[in-house]
Amino acid sequence: MSAHADTHAHDDHGHHHKETFVTKYIFSMDHKMIAKQYLITGTIMGVIGIIMSLMFRMQIAWPEEPNVLFEALLGKWAPEGVMDADIYLALVTIHGTIMVFFVLTAGLSGTFSNLLIPLQIGARDMASGFLNMVSYWLFFLSSIIMVISLFVEAGPAAAGWTIYPPLSALPMAQGGSGMGMTLWLVSMAIFIASSLLGSLNYIVTVLNLRTKGMTMTRLPLTIWAFFITAVIGVVSFPVLLSAALLLIMDRSFGTSFFLSDIFIQGEVLHYHGGSPVLFEHLFWFLGHPEVYIVILPAMGLVSEIMASNSRKPIFGYRAMIASILAIAFLSTIVWGHHMFVSGMNPFLGSVFTFTTLLIAIPSAVKAFNWITTIWKGNLQMNPAMLFSIGFVSTFITGGLTGIILGDSALDINVHDTYFVVAHFHLVMGISALYGMFAGIYHWYPKMFGRMLNKNLGYIHFWITAVCAYGVFFPMHFIGMAGLPRRYYTNSNFPLFDDLANVNVVITVFALIGGVVQIIYLYNFFSSIFYGKKASQNPWKSTTLEWTTPVEHIHGNWPGEIPHVYRWAYDYSKPGHDVDFVPQNVPLKDGEEELQH
Amino acid sequence: MTALLTIIVLVFILVAIWQMVKIFDLAQAKSECDQVATDKDNKINAYLMMGFLAFIYIITIISIVKWGDLPLLSNSASAHGPTIDNLMAISLVIIFFVQTVTQFLLHYFAFKYKGEKGKKALFFADNNKLEAIWTIIPVIVLAGLIIYGLNTWVNIMGVDESDDPLVIELYAQQFNWTARYAGQDNTLGLANVRLIDIDKANVLGLDEADPNAQDDIITKELHLPVGKPVLFKMRSQDVLHSAYMPHFRAQMNCVPGMITQFGFTPTVTSEEMRQNPDMVEKVANINKIRVEKSKDLIAKGEDALDRYEFDYLLICNKICGKSHYNMQMKIVVETQEEFDAWIKEQKEFKNSLTN
Repeated sequence: MSAHADTHAHDDHGHHHKETFVTKYIFSMDHKMIAKQYLITGTIMGVIGIIMSLMFRMQIAWPEEPNVLFEALLGKWAPEGVMDADIYLALVTIHGTIMVFFVLTAGLSGTFSNLLIPLQIGARDMASGFLNMVSYWLFFLSSIIMVISLFVEAGPAAAGWTIYPPLSALPMAQGGSGMGMTLWLVSMAIFIASSLLGSLNYIVTVLNLRTKGMTMTRLPLTIWAFFITAVIGVVSFPVLLSAALLLIMDRSFGTSFFLSDIFIQGEVLHYHGGSPVLFEHLFWFLGHPEVYIVILPAMGLVSEIMASNSRKPIFGYRAMIASILAIAFLSTIVWGHHMFVSGMNPFLGSVFTFTTLLIAIPSAVKAFNWITTIWKGNLQMNPAMLFSIGFVSTFITGGLTGIILGDSALDINVHDTYFVVAHFHLVMGISALYGMFAGIYHWYPKMFGRMLNKNLGYIHFWITAVCAYGVFFPMHFIGMAGLPRRYYTNSNFPLFDDLANVNVVITVFALIGGVVQIIYLYNFFSSIFYGKKASQNPWKSTTLEWTTPVEHIHGNWPGEIPHVYRWAYDYSKPGHDVDFVPQNVPLKDGEEELQH
Repeated sequence: MTALLTIIVLVFILVAIWQMVKIFDLAQAKSECDQVATDKDNKINAYLMMGFLAFIYIITIISIVKWGDLPLLSNSASAHGPTIDNLMAISLVIIFFVQTVTQFLLHYFAFKYKGEKGKKALFFADNNKLEAIWTIIPVIVLAGLIIYGLNTWVNIMGVDESDDPLVIELYAQQFNWTARYAGQDNTLGLANVRLIDIDKANVLGLDEADPNAQDDIITKELHLPVGKPVLFKMRSQDVLHSAYMPHFRAQMNCVPGMITQFGFTPTVTSEEMRQNPDMVEKVANINKIRVEKSKDLIAKGEDALDRYEFDYLLICNKICGKSHYNMQMKIVVETQEEFDAWIKEQKEFKNSLTN
């Protein structure tokens, strides 16, 4: 299966090709450059998304108080510095969209799938460099459109990131449902096209371009995670595309897929026979797998980093793969747990409760396997390792409350409250972000040939870790007290007055946590130019990417692609002098390979 | 202003951190520094791991002690409420137990097995027995939760028509609620938004020709007789809304184009709930906060806040537009006599039409 890759002599791809600035840095077909493009675009979008969250957190903590920041950033949406209720909803909506899709899907999966798939399986590049380039530029285009939508006259989309119709379909229901929503839908449609091209490429590459000896059961868990993520993406993203297209039809061409019997602003609309519940089904058929599209790559990165920094094999390699497969399968049959009180048949609610709670089993297996991986290890506390441990911690804390939300009877009372916000931010927001940070700290030397400053990394991690808990732990309690999410202010409900101080605490933690990311940004950008030069294998890892030269070359390996003789986790293997044996080192006489 | 000050403070903190790092870097400049963790880094971070474990425990304890009484856990006011609260309590106990143990293991191992030069890790790649243990234990726990949960769910959602429930329509629109009682016949008249006639004050679009509609009663306050099963039929005229009645552990979306339903039996009157010691304490606390806030307001030349008295509420819990945050209706639970007296004062539909 790897013959194809081997027959290419590296000279064909040669570095003696004349590369112009444009082909090298802009319209590059090299997977390493595309990965960096994804990462930097994702980072910029992330900064926008986080600034938005800080703004609406300040509004919740100090409702309707004038704020110079609002005045500066929101302009006409914050007359005299007081935030407008419409723009509050828009900020919430765009924050969600940007963080889920542009940062944690494209920024995370796009970056690391592109960087690591060819390098770790031993391929010269992706199966199709051209599709890969198109995928990135579609993503770039969709990001631009999403950002442009922030500046339209009537405001950006403001119906929540789930854009349930009729609110998202009727411009008279909400200002943001006009031009802002059109741009949102167009941006997302392009985004989905980008994601599908990327996913197809990842799947084909993993299946066809593995180097000699790289069997599926010798793949690092990162590759397994990226591979399965791509499969989930290909299965579920088209459904969102269809939902978006049908919604565009309803909005612009008078169809009634999702709309029926509507009386608004003194007039009856012509829509007849559609159902918003249909949209909810279509949306969550992607929407739920989407959270696994976000979290699985992070799990893969964390597994790899934990093994490497523990100087120990990942515990239960096959169980890890089995649980990824189980999670992937279950993720496509649990979407209804977002809809327990949507008006769908309660019997369906029972089915979805059952399937949803089953997901806790593979998740628990993974968590225990990570904990066992560090047990009796020789832990190297690099920043990447800290973020990986942080990942397991927040994944457990956030994941556990899933057994409340997945239980339809309990969901009745906490549905759409801050309890949900706390749950998903910990389990997929913060966790995936930690996974991404871990990946960046770990593979930065591979991406830029230089090291990130570790002390800045430590400070970044510890303050972020404290703030993440400070923000989202108390949030569970205001949720259990019945406080609905997406409220511009709670001052109309004296019932919730005693929660006001909790909201201030949360916002203060959020502000500190948000501002601390500047340390990371400084570290990231300054190290590109001034960081200490990296050695070839700074973390002493076993995987193939560390056998490539530090300076990037087109085709990855100067000579022949290395062959693989063992799995990716021969750390501290008895009978070897060093505590890691790279995958391309042949087995010694009489040495047994585990796991196959 | 507060926000601005906070930002300034944050910026200063940031500068301070940056300075510290610079000092740290300079101090290390001589020693070998290739940005890979040294034994010293391992040690410092291992201790910080234990510190962080303590932080997680502390924030958990603070949250429970300070805000643990906020959850409406103890104050359910419907017949099915205690079953949800029980299940919630059991789930929370399991969650806190697992959380405490696993976080301890994770952080303690991170501390205990901190790296040292020359040490070798244990080559431990697989153990089927361990894998089986942590597959089977969650299976058993979850099986219990699933069975209990589904049982509760089916009991709540299954509406028993033989109880002869009081039928009430909850009608949602941007940004208010309307209730419609079925009247003497306890049957709601047919309705569709296409029949809305504002000029005739037929605001809910009732079918004026339907005999069942004639005695329907439309109100802006929701009154419920205590101890009587109620069946709500939800309708929305414009966008999705969600009828959330937290004290009754009840919630259902209102969907344009279809009728959704949710039934429960209120068990505690508004008056009784106000006397409940937990509630008395909660309300006293809220009023204390409001008095403090009022002082600020008066200083600014604005009106003081009203004194808060407890009322059940129906609130919108599905994003529905600009004033989503203020879409509420008061719910009054009262004795059957009080309810009868109140409903008698309300106008029947046939008498409420103009022209």
